Amino acid sequence: MKNILIHTKKFSLLLLLLFNFLLFVQCKDDDDNGNVIYQVNCGDGIQNGDEQGIDCGGEFCSPCEDSGINFDGTFIQEDIAGRPAVNMIFGFSDLAQNEYNISTVSNRSNFQEEFRTVLEAYHDIYAISLEVPVDDLDFETNVLNWDANIFSTVMSQYDALQVAPNGPTTYYDENENLVFTGRSLSDDVMDTTFRLIFGGANGDRFDGNNSTPQLTTDGVGPGNRDFSLPFPYLEPALTIE
Amino acid sequence: MKKTKLFAVIGTLFLLLLCVTLISSDHLDGTNIEGTTSDIADFYAFEGEDPDSTVFIATIQGNLNPGGVTDNANFDEDVLIEFNIDNTGDLVEDLVIQAIKRGDSIHFFGPVVPNQTGLESQIITTTTHNVVQISTSTDTFITNENGMSFFAGPRRDSFYFDMNRFMDIKLGNAAPSGFYTPEESTDFFNELNTLAIVIEVPNILLGDAPTHILESQGYINGLPQAYNVWVSSKRKQ
Repeated sequence: MKNILIHTKKFSLLLLLLFNFLLFVQCKDDDDNGNVIYQVNCGDGIQNGDEQGIDCGGEFCSPCEDSGINFDGTFIQEDIAGRPAVNMIFGFSDLAQNEYNISTVSNRSNFQEEFRTVLEAYHDIYAISLEVPVDDLDFETNVLNWDANIFSTVMSQYDALQVAPNGPTTYYDENENLVFTGRSLSDDVMDTTFRLIFGGANGDRFDGNNSTPQLTTDGVGPGNRDFSLPFPYLEPALTIE
Repeated sequence: MKKTKLFAVIGTLFLLLLCVTLISSDHLDGTNIEGTTSDIADFYAFEGEDPDSTVFIATIQGNLNPGGVTDNANFDEDVLIEFNIDNTGDLVEDLVIQAIKRGDSIHFFGPVVPNQTGLESQIITTTTHNVVQISTSTDTFITNENGMSFFAGPRRDSFYFDMNRFMDIKLGNAAPSGFYTPEESTDFFNELNTLAIVIEVPNILLGDAPTHILESQGYINGLPQAYNVWVSSKRKQ
C-alpha cells in the first residue's frame, strides 16, 4: 500500500515536471512555415499583432482613441485670412474688423458697401490735404479695369486666395499678364494692393510724381530675406547673436 | 457745458487709446483676437518645388522678437488651425486640413471632407492622420508621409511692409505726402519672427480646380483654373 502511494506520488511529480516543462517549450519562428504567429497581448506595451496603436485596436484589444489623445469638442471661428491685408486696409473700425474675423467667405455681401465707403474715405483724406473738393477726388478704375463697385466686391466677397494648381504662382505679375494665381513668399502683395487702390487706369495715378502723394508703393522690398529655400520654404527664426 | 467738455476729453482719450492699440497690433487685426493664440498673421498658397503639389503656409502669433519672446511662444492646444479648400467655386470649403497641437507635436488630419462647413468645426479623426514634432529656433523637424510634408514652429516673418507709415496714412497723418521713399521707409517686420505651419500637398489630393472665380464672375479673362483657399482659426468651446 505504502509502495503504491509512493509510486503514485512519484508519478504525480513526474506529470507535474512534464507539465511544467511543456510550459516552457516554445516554437521557434522558423518552424511555422513562414506564417508568423502573433501572441496578441493587449498589455505588453508595444504595438504588435493587428493592433492599431500601442495595446489598442485590432480584433482583440479595446479601440484606440488616437493613441489616447483626445481630439473631441466643437471649435468656433475666431480669425480668418484669405487675401493679404484685407481686414487691415478695409476694416476701418475695430467693430468691423472683429465682425469680419467671425464671418464666412461665402457670406460677406454685407461688407461690400462698407469696403467701398472706406475706399472713398482714403481718397477724401488726400482731397482735403490737397485742398481739392472731396467729390472731385475719388477712386478711379484701376489697371484691372475694375471700378469702385467691382473692386470693393472682389475684396469683400471673394476674399480667398485663388491658387492655380497647374501654373506659376503670382499675386500679380504684370510682365506675364497674370494675376491672382496664389501668393508666393516673394510677392510684393502690399504694393500690388495699393496700386490697385490708388494707381488708376495706368497704375501711376498717385505715385509721388507731379506733386501727387506716394500711395502706390510703401518703399519697402524683401530686404535680405531668402525666398529660395526648400521645404518648409521659410527662413529659420532669427535669434539673438 | 462742463458735461460737453468732459465728453470731449473722454472722446479724445478713447481715440488716443485706440491709436496706441492699433499701432501696436501685428497685422492690425480686430482687438477681440489681436495678440492672442488664434491671431492669424498671414496666409500663403503657392506651387511647390514639385509642381504637382501646392504649399499652404499660415503664420500665427506674429511680431515675435528674437530670443525669449520667440522661444516662449507656442501653439495652443485649444486652437484648431484649419486650411480650407473650395474646389467647386462656391466659396464653401469642400476639403479641410486640420492642424492642432498635442504635447510637443502638431497633429494634422486630412485633406478630408468636413462634417460641417462654416464657423463651427469638429476634428475628423477617422481620416489621414500625420504628426510633426514642433521645431524650435535651432532644431527643425519635418514629417514626410502620405506624399505630404509637414512643418510647425517659429520662423522669420516673410511679410515685408512699412506698417507704421501705413498707420499714419490710415489715421490721416501722412497726407499729403503718403508713403516714404525707399531710403526713408522702414520694414516693420524685418527683424521679427512668427509661428508657422507649413503643409505641402499633392494636387491630386485636392481634386480638380474649378474655373477661376474672377473669370466666372466676369471680372478678368484668361485666368487658369484655381482653387479658392483660406485659413481659419477656431477655439475649443
